[in-house]
Amino acid sequence: MAQVSSSSSLPLPDLHGHFGPYGGRYVPETLVPALDQLAAEYDAARQDAQFASTLSELLKHYVGRATPLYHAERLSREFGGHIYLKREDLCHTGAHKINNALGQILLAVRMGKQRIIAETGAGQHGVATATVCARFGLSCDIYMGEEDVERQALNVARMRLMGAKVIPVSSGTRTLKDATNEAMRDWVTNVRNTHYIIGSVVGPHPYPMMVRDFQSVIGREAREQVLEQEGRLPDMLVACVGGGSNSMGLFYPFINDIQVHMIGVEAAGMGIDTGRHCAPLTAGSPGVFQGSASYLIQDEDGQVAPSHSISAGLDYPGVGPEHSWLKDSGRAEYGVVTDNEALEAVQLTAEREGIIVALETAHAIAFLNKLKMAGRIENNTVVIVNCSGRGDKDMATVARELHL
Amino acid sequence: MNRLTDNFKQLNARGEQALICFVTAGDPDVDKTVELAAAMYDAGVDALELGIPFSDPLADGPSIQASSQRALDSGMTAHKAMECARRIHARVPHLPLVLMTYYNPVLRYGMDRFAHDAATSGVDGVIITDLTPEEASAWQQNAAANNLATIYLLAPTSTDERVASVCKSCSGFVYCVSRTGVTGARQDVPQDLRDTLSRIRKHTNLPLAVGFGVSSPEHVAAISAFADGVVVGSSLVDLIHNNRDNPSLLKIAAEYCASLKGATRSSKVGSNV
Repeated sequence: MAQVSSSSSLPLPDLHGHFGPYGGRYVPETLVPALDQLAAEYDAARQDAQFASTLSELLKHYVGRATPLYHAERLSREFGGHIYLKREDLCHTGAHKINNALGQILLAVRMGKQRIIAETGAGQHGVATATVCARFGLSCDIYMGEEDVERQALNVARMRLMGAKVIPVSSGTRTLKDATNEAMRDWVTNVRNTHYIIGSVVGPHPYPMMVRDFQSVIGREAREQVLEQEGRLPDMLVACVGGGSNSMGLFYPFINDIQVHMIGVEAAGMGIDTGRHCAPLTAGSPGVFQGSASYLIQDEDGQVAPSHSISAGLDYPGVGPEHSWLKDSGRAEYGVVTDNEALEAVQLTAEREGIIVALETAHAIAFLNKLKMAGRIENNTVVIVNCSGRGDKDMATVARELHL
Repeated sequence: MNRLTDNFKQLNARGEQALICFVTAGDPDVDKTVELAAAMYDAGVDALELGIPFSDPLADGPSIQASSQRALDSGMTAHKAMECARRIHARVPHLPLVLMTYYNPVLRYGMDRFAHDAATSGVDGVIITDLTPEEASAWQQNAAANNLATIYLLAPTSTDERVASVCKSCSGFVYCVSRTGVTGARQDVPQDLRDTLSRIRKHTNLPLAVGFGVSSPEHVAAISAFADGVVVGSSLVDLIHNNRDNPSLLKIAAEYCASLKGATRSSKVGSNV
């Protein structure tokens, strides 16, 4: 069951949110007091048994946790080994994003904030935020790039149905990065009554740590479930990485199990060589962007370069600072999957398992093929893939690309 | 003592406040930026903030976002902005110069090289909008080694404890953000601004300059009553953009700056430093 376990033995960022040289807090001065308040409130909440039990009850009865760890037999036949899907797509609202949104709205309520803002790419975090705002009766404004408003129309309608205002962002690349800039600008302006629910393990401290912790329910459950079903720890964890919240959530509870190999899959878009990708860990370099130090896609002048992915949720030039740390320390490995490979994986998973996954999730599944080709999946290899979200939102794109 | 602080002292002794104007380097182009700086100096501007554009200016409102994007689209880089500063300094050596940017372009340039090149270009101080003193120890060292003022921002939300600690790292002047929000012209001067400044003044002898939302001589006059300087950016950037093809651009910009400067002299309260 969903429970907040002790994380005292696990590595944390330092007091200022640093993961080695990454993380930290790079924001306009106006936000510093709000981040201090949030960090203090989160600290207090973490030690409050009442907070933990409220969150746990909501995760169980509202979100529908624990989500299954499903042995995907036909995918296992395709790729070899024992392939398990951690079914976050079965969460209320259709993706793992709700785990974090719920945790943060409880904090917002504790802090007495009346208004919530959020950024969204694919719309899954926007939907999750709109959902918890409806549930708790808080006003909700969601920033979304114009391009994403177009390609994720279903999620826009869902947010509006739940009473959220969706604000299209027309600046810059009109995607997640610019929606995040606009949300930050809103927060700078309305910080006194507004809480900003960041949807991934990015941004200034304490967000990367806090979002990771709220998402760690994924890995805690998966660890318990795999021990029950296989009688041992898995050999590999595979998850897609945009900002990196579903992967951090799966990885973190296994971080001290050094025999468990962790693989994050970035979006190669049209191909790394084309420069049209979202793979900062694979093809970027360290920098400071949207509040923290981390790997980043940038030009030689330090300007953030436009990213591209067929998946709106991965279409982001930055990545969470803890992933940068896991990469440099060698604890995790990062690979890439192109738009086309992801589309093929959507089709394959639908045909073989009767599960329509999100384009984001499809990147993780597509990577299984690379592991197979590299001879890394043996008959008894146990792999957990985070099935981070369902694909309904992507049907227009998928139908067009696959000529359905 | 830094030339910026010096400048404030002299102005305040004369019963006037400093007018600091912001332009984006390379909007519309470097030649124009240099000419504008000279015209603004002649119009009485006391210091220039030269913006090095960044692709993701999250503390800036629509005017400076658009200006930054225009400059980037026409090929502006941190190195070219540095060259622009060098040319301005050669043209008007008595105009104190402050670079304003975000942290990533500075990191990418190389912090030590950035500080060195800024100093040798005639720059007096640097404002890095998304860098607070907590993350700035390396930058502080590089700036100090090159005698550059490290100007930090304080906001209405800054607690007394933070005001005290930020002031300790600050040199040149303290940039006081007039309101919670991003840069951009506004209609009014916030009611609580005077209180915020008196709160900050308890912790520092540095001059206090107020920016964000200051766009008219009336704002300047009102703020001059209790601050040591004012910063005007977005409205000037818009004025320049709207008149970019106007042969009278320099004259129009100079007249606007002169009207703002006049408002810093109308206030009778001086010697705040």
